[in-house]
Amino acid sequence: MSTIKIRAKESNGSVTVKALIKHPMETGQRTDKKTGDKIPAHFIQEVVGKANNEEVITVHWGPAVSKNPYLTFVYNGSKGDKVELTWLDNKGNKDSLISEVK
Amino acid sequence: MNRRNFLKKSLMTAAVVTTFGGLMIKPKRVHAAWPKKSFDITDLAESIKSVYGHDDLSETKKVKLKVPDIAENGAIVPINVKTDIENVESIMIFVENNPQPLSSGYNLSSKSKGVIGTRIKMGKTSKVIAAVKSNGKIYSASKEVKITIGGCGG
Repeated sequence: MSTIKIRAKESNGSVTVKALIKHPMETGQRTDKKTGDKIPAHFIQEVVGKANNEEVITVHWGPAVSKNPYLTFVYNGSKGDKVELTWLDNKGNKDSLISEVK
Repeated sequence: MNRRNFLKKSLMTAAVVTTFGGLMIKPKRVHAAWPKKSFDITDLAESIKSVYGHDDLSETKKVKLKVPDIAENGAIVPINVKTDIENVESIMIFVENNPQPLSSGYNLSSKSKGVIGTRIKMGKTSKVIAAVKSNGKIYSASKEVKITIGGCGG
């Protein structure tokens, strides 16, 4: 299962993309209550949004973005566009998903 | 490794190299490296300066920042920014009283509209600032969000 969920809908030439990503978004400032150790930072740093292989948005996130982050953006496009989202975190993990605009 | 496998692998490598090469040459306005320095800064003015080179923001009604007046849970504060300004290059969101004020940045292409939304963490009650860059000028809107339970504690 992908870590990404995308809903992309077109209306009057604008495509609204709504995405949810499953990720802990750990700030690095919290401590484990049992051991007292700091929980290391683990968060998504970059999300790239493409429409039909053309980049429309590059997002830079810091640790202050909520757990299981949500992202919305809007671009000029049409039904059937292939919207692709790719995320990359500070540990080098990544995932990507392509979804068709409805 | 037999001959067939070898050929297959070298072809794949060639394909990867070509695609990567293609990406490197193509001019990309929206792409930039993750600005570690700006995300590490703990002072609001310094943070804004590190992003733009100055902290000259002009507050305008053309930037609409939608945030809750009171957020019961500081771990999930919805933020929506919308602007009619043409040619938006980027949208940045700063939270004055967070350990690091810069929360997130959005670089837009000419195809994008000036609309973004996300959810952020806030440690305590603070002013939230949305800054929009267009044609070298920085437009902004700000609003205070009251936090009942902080979202950064352990």
